[in-house]
Amino acid sequence: MSVESLEKVLQSHPFFADLDPGLLETLVGCASNLVFKAGEFLAREGNPADRFFLVREGRVAVEIFRAVGGPLTVETVGGGEVLGWSWLFPPYKWHFDARAVTGVRALAFDAACLRRKLDADKAVGYEVVRRFASVAVQRLESTQLQLVDMYVESR
Amino acid sequence: MSKAGETRGLRVLPVMEARRETADTVTFELDPAPDTFPFAPGQFNMVYAFGLGEVPLSISGDPGDPRRLRHTVRGVGDVTRALASVRRGDAVGVRGPFGQAWPVEAAAGHDVLIVAGGIGLAPLRPAVCHVLAHRAQYGHVALLYGARTPADLLYARELQAWRGRFDLDVEVTVDRATAQWQGAVGVVTRLVPRVSFEPARTSAFVCGPEVMMRFAARELQRRGVPDDQVFLSAERNMKCGVGLCGHCQIGPLFACRDGPVIRYRTLAPLLAIREA
Repeated sequence: MSVESLEKVLQSHPFFADLDPGLLETLVGCASNLVFKAGEFLAREGNPADRFFLVREGRVAVEIFRAVGGPLTVETVGGGEVLGWSWLFPPYKWHFDARAVTGVRALAFDAACLRRKLDADKAVGYEVVRRFASVAVQRLESTQLQLVDMYVESR
Repeated sequence: MSKAGETRGLRVLPVMEARRETADTVTFELDPAPDTFPFAPGQFNMVYAFGLGEVPLSISGDPGDPRRLRHTVRGVGDVTRALASVRRGDAVGVRGPFGQAWPVEAAAGHDVLIVAGGIGLAPLRPAVCHVLAHRAQYGHVALLYGARTPADLLYARELQAWRGRFDLDVEVTVDRATAQWQGAVGVVTRLVPRVSFEPARTSAFVCGPEVMMRFAARELQRRGVPDDQVFLSAERNMKCGVGLCGHCQIGPLFACRDGPVIRYRTLAPLLAIREA
């Protein structure tokens, strides 16, 4: 896929909606377009978090591995959502498994490439980290609701 | 024949059919013959298990077919457990229908978001039936449904049929699951950004546990849906059904008479009141 069309794909993803075109141009050099088959792993717990993904289509299960009883799905991430923020913070290791439940199309960002750009240009860094923080807050709120186990009380 | 919304005395109706939805939830159908039982989507009945007592139950049937009266009940107390155990040929007492309905007619011309949590799908099912029966009157229509686990999902076969329609977006999620579950995992509010709608011309109907409704309403607000176009079902301890006894009072409102369906703009400040 050409850089130009990759830029359009990036622009159309909700995570980078309304991003300044100049910033987009900076980021697109670190992105690549990937396809995963159902059952393939996008990430494994403990492996280097050397990229993150913007899911375009399909569903990815974020799982906690258990030696006995099989994995537990913590959440699923679908089209229009972002997967992975371990690449932002040392020690840059995945904390969960991420497995394609269906066929998945995603944009993958090279973490080392992106970190270099974020460090070099604080405006880019702020914009990207701000967007990740917003996603993290929403996910935290969702996790808190899951913990409340609210359906147990419903009639 | 009674009209929708008309209050009637106790009627004893035979059970035509009862089927298990989940481990603790059953749907049963009553036969109002030779009469019919007209109702509006979102209304409820006071349903009597003889010798035990009476509970408010939302009507979960199709408002287009008043020859059958359908309720879905989760057995959590003595009366609801008795009602969840009825079989064909048993009889139950029914008073109703009571309460304010989902504004399905006022929503014509709008996109419609139906957001259900757990057994909250039961009072919304009549709204889904109505919207699908009058599909051309609405814009984009989406059903967002969340449950605790895959085993807690209601109306499994019907959900599958709805998912097969090209004119209805159905998104289902559960709070917890093992890897065998192929669907979405996460709270129902996570589904809102996954469907397309034009916020300013969207009507949203939300029913589920109160916590879920609060967060769903906030998510809709965040997406730009005006508060007066979001409707919640305020279930409280209804007793008389006609706003006299005060058991279901929420601030100045009686859930049985002024609800159960209430505009979010009206209900939001009342939901924030902390009882001692």
